[in-house]
Amino acid sequence: MEPLIFEGSPKTPSVSFDAEKGVIEIKGRSIPENSIEFYKPLVAWLDEYKENPAPKTQVNIQLEYFNTSSSKCILDLFKKIEGVRIKSEDVIINWYYEEDDESMLEAGEDYESIIKVPFKKIEITE
Amino acid sequence: MSFNIEEHFNRLQEKGKVILAYKGAINTDVINGTLEQMESSLDAMQKSKVKKKIYNVLVESLQNLYHHVDEPPEDLKDEIGSRFGIIMITEKDGMFRISCGNFINSSKIKFLKDKIDKINSLSKDELKEMYKFILNHQKLSAKGGGGLGLVDIARKTGNNLEYSFYEHKGEHYFFNLDILVN
Repeated sequence: MEPLIFEGSPKTPSVSFDAEKGVIEIKGRSIPENSIEFYKPLVAWLDEYKENPAPKTQVNIQLEYFNTSSSKCILDLFKKIEGVRIKSEDVIINWYYEEDDESMLEAGEDYESIIKVPFKKIEITE
Repeated sequence: MSFNIEEHFNRLQEKGKVILAYKGAINTDVINGTLEQMESSLDAMQKSKVKKKIYNVLVESLQNLYHHVDEPPEDLKDEIGSRFGIIMITEKDGMFRISCGNFINSSKIKFLKDKIDKINSLSKDELKEMYKFILNHQKLSAKGGGGLGLVDIARKTGNNLEYSFYEHKGEHYFFNLDILVN
């Protein structure tokens, strides 16, 4: 399956989804006015990936800012990741947040309580 | 007396040191420009926590305006255009006030008032539960709004939302929301 690569922009994150390695990464900012449009291909990619996932799947989310419109789309992605576990148990979501960024830590806790996938919150120290 | 935009704008400017003041069309270019400008103004600030909060709140406020502006009254449309909104940031004694305003139809007042009163009545933990409930149970609208903006703003700032509805003419009202960040 082809990897999905997007470069970051001032309002959208960089995306790197690699089916062979099982590494799924989103980094940067996610503050577009209409997030559905941006996230559509990401959701579609995961839909296909979950049918035939790598033996190990690692999801790395490292966001500086995201708006509430994106927060729902991110939840949609995580729900697809839940689906990956049907075929392959070894799945982890790593949620990175900057030191002192309480709201990003809390956002991670919110997702952790909703999603049934091992979830690790990792503080980035400068 | 009907609502006067200039007077309202001037009143907002008097609330503290003006950091950002905009009135006009709310479109993607304006949002991008405003965020860019604010980012460089905020860079000069010391406290990164407050900086982040202001930026987050500004993103949500601008997008609330973008998604929810109603047409202004006919007699003003030529002068101010059809997607008119106001955004102002002032600072006083370390407290930042983000004011945003737009015309709305009177039919929306009750919904908005009830929603904000409800948000203001909730504790931090209750707001977290409300946020999670909406996140998990409500679908995004076609334009990408999710009903989470105001809840998120209240959660991030930890302060009550202040609001006013000014009667303009007929069914046209002007809605002003003040968000305090410290």
